[in-house]
Amino acid sequence: MNRYRWFVPRDPFVNEFSRLQQQMARVMDHFSPGERGPRTVGVFPAVNVYEDNDNYFLTAEIPGVEQKDLEITAVYDSVTIKGDRKIEDAEDVNYHRRERSGGKFSRVVTLGDRIDPEKVEANLKNGVLTVKMAKAEESKPKQVSIKAND
Amino acid sequence: MKDKELEVQKSSQSESPATAEGTREGVYYRPRVDIYETEKELTLLADLPGVDPKNLEIDLRDDTLTILGVADADDEERRYLFREYGVGNFQRQFTLSEVIDQEKISAKLTGGVLTLVLPKVEKAKPRKITVS
Repeated sequence: MNRYRWFVPRDPFVNEFSRLQQQMARVMDHFSPGERGPRTVGVFPAVNVYEDNDNYFLTAEIPGVEQKDLEITAVYDSVTIKGDRKIEDAEDVNYHRRERSGGKFSRVVTLGDRIDPEKVEANLKNGVLTVKMAKAEESKPKQVSIKAND
Repeated sequence: MKDKELEVQKSSQSESPATAEGTREGVYYRPRVDIYETEKELTLLADLPGVDPKNLEIDLRDDTLTILGVADADDEERRYLFREYGVGNFQRQFTLSEVIDQEKISAKLTGGVLTLVLPKVEKAKPRKITVS
């Protein structure tokens, strides 16, 4: 009772909370998309991005999203995935479990090297979206020949 | 009839071999489900992205319903830049009461979503009992 007040001069919850918020904001800034690190906040959809010498590949799990409710656009340095996951509310029923949520989503993924927006292919199968983005010619690694001057 | 007819067992968490038949290794995830019931039937919807209908197993024995979906494998050799989700198999188990007519269960997997309809047993017709 009294001892509690002795240790903490001001309202303890306000302090802790704002300190936590500041720290979280700093962590989130560090991991903005485009830097080589994933966002740890639960944004939908979660994406995986991998590359080979000629392409970037992006995959996302979007079960229950139909092709007509999905829109993908690309510019030279990023790809935007927009859509609507429609989860119907069944009427006059008794729900035992309700774990799936739906709604509109929109996500921009920034890539490291330039891509060619004309050469983007997207494929939706079994609820998994795969987007293949060809890297711009200037982004592809070029072999450098070495002259030996002995 | 308000008594709960479907119970859910917590299936084993990820990174353990399947308790169903076979000793498939790999990471297992618990898929998200919606379950609702009407007077006639129970409907279960599960998110199973990456699972092809031919890789889906629905097993029913001893009143335990097991849903097992093997997702298309993830190539480990890739050079990942972001990796926000892991690819693995989906498994979840439920205990059904005997109120379900197990012969008439139907399953459909499309767009990564499984729709499972479990009709309830039709009530027995009332019988008149004569008293001698």
